[in-house]
Amino acid sequence: MTLQAITANRLVDGQVVYLREDDQWSPRIQEAIVADSDEFAKTLLELARRAVERRLIVDPYLFAVSIEKGRIQPLGRRETIRAAGPSVRPDLGYQAAAE
Amino acid sequence: MYRYDEFDHRLVAERVEQFRDQVRRRLAGELTEDEFKPLRLMNGVYLQLHAYMLRVAVPYGVLSSRQMRKLAHIARRYDKGYGHFTTRQNIQFNWPKLSEVPDLLAELAEVEMHAIQTSGNCIRNTTADQFAGVAGDEIEDPRLYAEIIRQWSTLHPEFSFLPRKFKIAVTGAPHDRAAIKTHDIGIGLVRNNDGETGFDIFVGGGQGRTPLVAKRIRGFLPKQHLLSYLEAILRVYNMLGQRNNIYKARIKILVNTVGIDAFTDMVEAEWQALKDSALDLPEAEVARIKAYFAPPAYEHLADNDPVFIEKRLADRAFARWLSTSMHPHKVPGYAIVTISLKPDGGIPGDASAEQMEAVADLADRYSFGELRVAHEQNLVLADVRQRDLYALWQELLRHGLATPNVGLIGDIIACPGLDYCNLANARSIPIAQQISRRFADLDRQHDIGRITLNISGCINACGHHHVGNIGILGVDKKGTEFYQVTLGGSADENTAVGDIIGPAFDEHHIVDAVETIVGTYLEIRKNGESFIDTYRRVGLAPFKETLYATH
Repeated sequence: MTLQAITANRLVDGQVVYLREDDQWSPRIQEAIVADSDEFAKTLLELARRAVERRLIVDPYLFAVSIEKGRIQPLGRRETIRAAGPSVRPDLGYQAAAE
Repeated sequence: MYRYDEFDHRLVAERVEQFRDQVRRRLAGELTEDEFKPLRLMNGVYLQLHAYMLRVAVPYGVLSSRQMRKLAHIARRYDKGYGHFTTRQNIQFNWPKLSEVPDLLAELAEVEMHAIQTSGNCIRNTTADQFAGVAGDEIEDPRLYAEIIRQWSTLHPEFSFLPRKFKIAVTGAPHDRAAIKTHDIGIGLVRNNDGETGFDIFVGGGQGRTPLVAKRIRGFLPKQHLLSYLEAILRVYNMLGQRNNIYKARIKILVNTVGIDAFTDMVEAEWQALKDSALDLPEAEVARIKAYFAPPAYEHLADNDPVFIEKRLADRAFARWLSTSMHPHKVPGYAIVTISLKPDGGIPGDASAEQMEAVADLADRYSFGELRVAHEQNLVLADVRQRDLYALWQELLRHGLATPNVGLIGDIIACPGLDYCNLANARSIPIAQQISRRFADLDRQHDIGRITLNISGCINACGHHHVGNIGILGVDKKGTEFYQVTLGGSADENTAVGDIIGPAFDEHHIVDAVETIVGTYLEIRKNGESFIDTYRRVGLAPFKETLYATH
């Protein structure tokens, strides 16, 4: 089973955010809740759908992660860049400030 | 340059307030994202990887120093201190907050700028030769006609929901610096045998996943018919363009499918109903708009100012910068200066707020307070006295804006790629940076000579890779970035789509591949032959041989 987390952009400012265990959205990928089953992932998507209705976020989706030495790592290049900020300006991403 | 009249001011101000209300309704939950998205796109607001992105129109690439200072302020106040000049002469801000975009747009409106029609399936910003009005080889100033097209196409009710986006470019010179044949409509000013000027009109060009060079639809269109003829083309496209498939919706597909002859027949038939109507350009109105583009108060100067010549002879670095950045001006004693936004290892097209303010100040001091944006993602000071060039160069040096690589291999066009863009499959900027560093040696760059190298991070081709002498397209293969190379593209009056040379290279080998291609060219070129001329003489074979033999 692929591990998955859920991400979106925050409505008010577009910032990349991740769903946390307490149903809040964080810019820190390390705070993301990780689903280890399809059923759990569906539950997360339902929480995200409600967050869309509450106008917190837009365009939520699941993405694959791994956990290495206790840290959440996105598996694809796109999500790695979203989590860390532009690879050419890591100093400027929202994530840089958040880490 | 053009200044807003009362109608322009009201239109833009009303649009800002309309969008302010739309944002308020979105944040209050009165609009869903599905309802809001087309509204924000109509105002240039995209949602990219990390944040919202706002694309601001720079009509035909012309900016006043006041406008540039406002862009610097916006970069600082609403963004992260920088902006990105694009291949369509616009500027993009990468980090605005949706909640602040209405205030940002209100500030832009103060300096007669907006983001209307910088997205969506409408007629986008009309682009033009960045040397318009000052180039020595120019037949007529294209800005007048670009402005007329801007006014006609702004909120045009019939063409606000076209099958797909629509891009028009205009050049007034036989040497095409505006890449008109890569546009949906390309317009060149020409002179006929009677000495009259008119328009040479091309249609159906474009890049993206189906790159096509525009075809001539009319060799000489009398000037008064410009808008009726454009309207006829747009009307045929609007009726017949394929709306059910986004990949086949551009006018180039329609022209290619029905053939240029049949398409021309349809346009000419439509035009018969439109010509000699209210769309004819009234002479008085043309004269009124033309007055905005009257030449500035040039001094009577001679070419080859002695101080300038002396400095050029005495300072090799200055001479080297001149050899790439200076272009002949039509007025004696003046020069056109291109400011490279491609420092070694830098991000093509990015400028910091401080740099924007610096060039605004330099424009005031040395170029009648006006700037241009080139589609190659550089800036231009169009009216610099030759005697001021040395002082200008020293100022540019202080601000990191004097890299002497315009037109050379370091002058790379690159889209934002996967570092910013939601559509990208691979990163473009880091590849541009690596190539720029690899070829940073100026002796080597100048020895290689004129060449264009363009990089796109996906097949949408915002980085113009199809028409680079060397083109690089980023693709994703099972999660790994690969880069496909094309050779032989060009974007001038001899526009051509590059040929794919062979299998793609990964990010660790693409720079070596470029080096091999350049090395092969240096080996086989004949005296004075540019890269593109060599390629046209020998074709792919010798490059393929060295590239894949050593890879």
